[in-house]
Amino acid sequence: MMASRRGGPAMRLGGLVRKEFLQIVRDPSSIAIAFVMPLFLLILFGYGVSLDADHVPVALVDEAPSADSTDFLASLAASHYFAPVHARTVTEAEAALRDGRVNAIVHVRANFAERLRRPDGAPVQVIVNGVDANTARLAQGYVEGAWGSWLARRATERGQALTTPARLEQRIWYNPEVKSRHYLVPGLVAIIMTLIGALLTALVMAREWERGTMEALLVTPASMSEILLGKLIAYFVLGTGGMLLTVGLAVFLFHVPLRGSFWVLWACASLFLLAALGMGLTISTLARSQFVAGQIAIIATFLPAFLLSGFIFDIDSMPAPVRGVTHVILARYFVSIVQTLFLAGDVWSVVLPNALALALMAAVFLGITWRKSRKRLE
Amino acid sequence: MSAGAVLTATGLAKSFQAGKRRVQALDGVSFSIEPGVVTGLIGPDGAGKTTLMRLAAGLLTPDAGTIEVLGLDATQDSLAVQAALGYMPQRFGLYEDLSVRENLDLYADLQGVPRAERQARYDELMRMTGLAPFMGRLAGRLSGGMKQKLGLACTLVRAPRLLLLDEPTVGVDPVSRRELWAIIDRLIRGEGMSVLLSTAYLDEAERCAVVVLLHEGRVLDQGPPQALRERMSGRIWAVSGAGRRHRDLQLALDGRPGVVDALVQGEHVRLVTDAAADARGLLRDAGLTDARLMPLPPRFEDSFIDLLRALGEPDTAGLEMDGVAQDASENGDTVIQVDNLRRRFGDFWAVDGVSFEVRRGEIFGLLGANGAGKSTTFRMLCGLLPASAGSLRVAGLDLRHAAAEARARIGYMSQKFSLYGNLSVTQNLAFFASAYNLAGKARTERIAWALREFVLSAYAEQLSGELPLGYKQRLAMACALMHRPEILFLDEPTSGIDPLARREFWRRINALARAGVTVLVTTHFMEEAEYCDRLAIMAAGKILATGEPAAIKALARTLAHPEPSMEDAFIRLVEGDAVQERAA
Repeated sequence: MMASRRGGPAMRLGGLVRKEFLQIVRDPSSIAIAFVMPLFLLILFGYGVSLDADHVPVALVDEAPSADSTDFLASLAASHYFAPVHARTVTEAEAALRDGRVNAIVHVRANFAERLRRPDGAPVQVIVNGVDANTARLAQGYVEGAWGSWLARRATERGQALTTPARLEQRIWYNPEVKSRHYLVPGLVAIIMTLIGALLTALVMAREWERGTMEALLVTPASMSEILLGKLIAYFVLGTGGMLLTVGLAVFLFHVPLRGSFWVLWACASLFLLAALGMGLTISTLARSQFVAGQIAIIATFLPAFLLSGFIFDIDSMPAPVRGVTHVILARYFVSIVQTLFLAGDVWSVVLPNALALALMAAVFLGITWRKSRKRLE
Repeated sequence: MSAGAVLTATGLAKSFQAGKRRVQALDGVSFSIEPGVVTGLIGPDGAGKTTLMRLAAGLLTPDAGTIEVLGLDATQDSLAVQAALGYMPQRFGLYEDLSVRENLDLYADLQGVPRAERQARYDELMRMTGLAPFMGRLAGRLSGGMKQKLGLACTLVRAPRLLLLDEPTVGVDPVSRRELWAIIDRLIRGEGMSVLLSTAYLDEAERCAVVVLLHEGRVLDQGPPQALRERMSGRIWAVSGAGRRHRDLQLALDGRPGVVDALVQGEHVRLVTDAAADARGLLRDAGLTDARLMPLPPRFEDSFIDLLRALGEPDTAGLEMDGVAQDASENGDTVIQVDNLRRRFGDFWAVDGVSFEVRRGEIFGLLGANGAGKSTTFRMLCGLLPASAGSLRVAGLDLRHAAAEARARIGYMSQKFSLYGNLSVTQNLAFFASAYNLAGKARTERIAWALREFVLSAYAEQLSGELPLGYKQRLAMACALMHRPEILFLDEPTSGIDPLARREFWRRINALARAGVTVLVTTHFMEEAEYCDRLAIMAAGKILATGEPAAIKALARTLAHPEPSMEDAFIRLVEGDAVQERAA
């Protein structure tokens, strides 16, 4: 065999990419991370987890039922936000709150009807279980809202003007039904691509070191950049597949509207995927055992993508130092892009700066990988 | 250094950080290898063989010195060197979830073999390795020997000028080992290839044209193995008679001044004397005047032992052992009885109808390649794994019903030593003592005993993970003996340790047996089988033969081959079994 007739970089890269795909297809753990986990997360967040309070169990205590008090409490009971439980005394209601059977108590005193007619008005006592702060605030808000609308309705019925100096007129844009699913499901695209790009890639690279196959690859004429490129191409395709699966299910199964352009979403997702792959490969230059690589990838990429990206928890309400940290979290930029593209449309003032940040981070991580991976075992 | 050398190392040094210690893997190594022959890189684990291979492949940068491969500097021009050589790392570099053909395709792509030429090359390689019927099988489903051959085929898809093989025969059965050597011979004769092969098996040295002996990062000696061997001629003797059993003879000779080596081999003791010593005089001093003395031809291992002894401390450790057995009751009664033992994993019978008996104070060996079912049998005997079928009684107890009780009377040393690497030697001993319900004064005494008997006092406070391999093995054995077990199970206790440490280890085993402890040992070292009283040869979950070493060797005796080795016997048994399978 003459050296001059030897196949070149294209043949080597082709062989490496083919090998990656064969391994992905045959390895149940790749399939699990690339397709089963996304499905699981989608179903969990699409159907299971909801940040909206719905049917909050509330104890209603009416010390002396009158027409007014019955009418007010009935308006609460009619709302789908509440699941009312009637209690005869406050003591009984408090016991129910302590046992966790109800989350809030609405207490109407015996003199309700009488004080309602006085100028200083009638107090309604609301006791909320504050352990789950989110539900507590929601419950409190809903009761206040119900109280306000009941008063307004009562005033109109009697042909009186409601004596409030200013009125709040609410309009909710982009997600008029205020469904948390509508912003959780698009955010999942970021989580799932982090899993494939960073976790799976770090694991499969570490596996090559662990099983000694990397050593064999290194002594072939293939250069380190070809070996890395082979991984990059294969997992880029896999990640794009995960993205399409998630977006498809979001739109067709969960009916989340995609108001922006699919192609803009595609382009941004590709940038994000490159950056995530860069992180995965960077991790694999540090950790050569699957166990350590998995640990680092979960702590450095998956958990931050979950907690600090704005996927669930609003970044603006985080304390300043934590907010500072979110700027180095890759998923943060992509989460705001997907949430905007899905719910608001092609808002370039949001998409462009975030896309720029993604491009920058992709360049940094791929650059580190390039520099760090020498064709050596040390 | 010869002008035609394909590889020349000059003053190579390389060290690594291991925990808090800095390990000098190579320390001023110089040698060169000639084209068109096999050069053997011989040494125990930790001698620096793999480091040297990786330096030659341009995968590591030396701290000092240079290494030139095929006229190129392996460090500077690593890409060019890698394009010209073939390298098979220890674990063969195979993708287990790819089929045989897919593995070949990958390496052909990486080596840039033109597609038009591939089929012819594959055919040739498959003929050479006998893998043709398995082209579609996943590499992970191949046996150890077949994996090794596929690994070799992958490095040969484009015929390299220099082939580096890092311990290609470790853990592979003797039949596959023989086949591998046949392939290497063919490559050298047919394709004019040069081969550098590393191995810890000293008997493989004899197959090399030139050997480089490595020990603790230094070159002990180099040259044709015959030359090294011939140095020992006139110093090797078979000692027998004097009305003593061979093991007592060995005990009387081992460690005496003038004795380089004394090993039980078959019916006699193989004695290697000092260059200056007179064998007759030696026997007289040992009180063995009426022993028969017969000269034997030297083996390669003799010269290695001789070189190692010249390096270091005389060691007589482990000749006698006190405080081991719980009660020194009469030898000879049956303590282990295994009847038609079977164990299944999924649809695969790892152990398939094994029966044998072991008597008290006996050293019983299970000999077989990796995957023969030795460790599975062991785990069942120790009550660590339930049997799928069959009966087994250990120390008079049925393991199916009294596993915990039986376990208190046995000691077990696993293949990987099972020590806590981040605990010190003393802490490890204390832990294992407590695990066997020793407390207070009894425990303190036992720890002191272990440190004394196993010469571990100097290392008492060192972390066990940082001990040299030979000391780890001693510690593991001490841990297994903390509760004075009647029966000791040793699973591949000697793999990878150097020949001197191995001798010392067998001395301890002998001492234990003399003290009435029954010892069961698994090994894939053929020559170690000779040290056992009786042994069973295992392959594919079955016992092919049981008996005394001499009787087993006799099974392979033919007119053409009147003095077969244990390996000959093993190969004959395995091949005979394969023939029967095919006939059935």
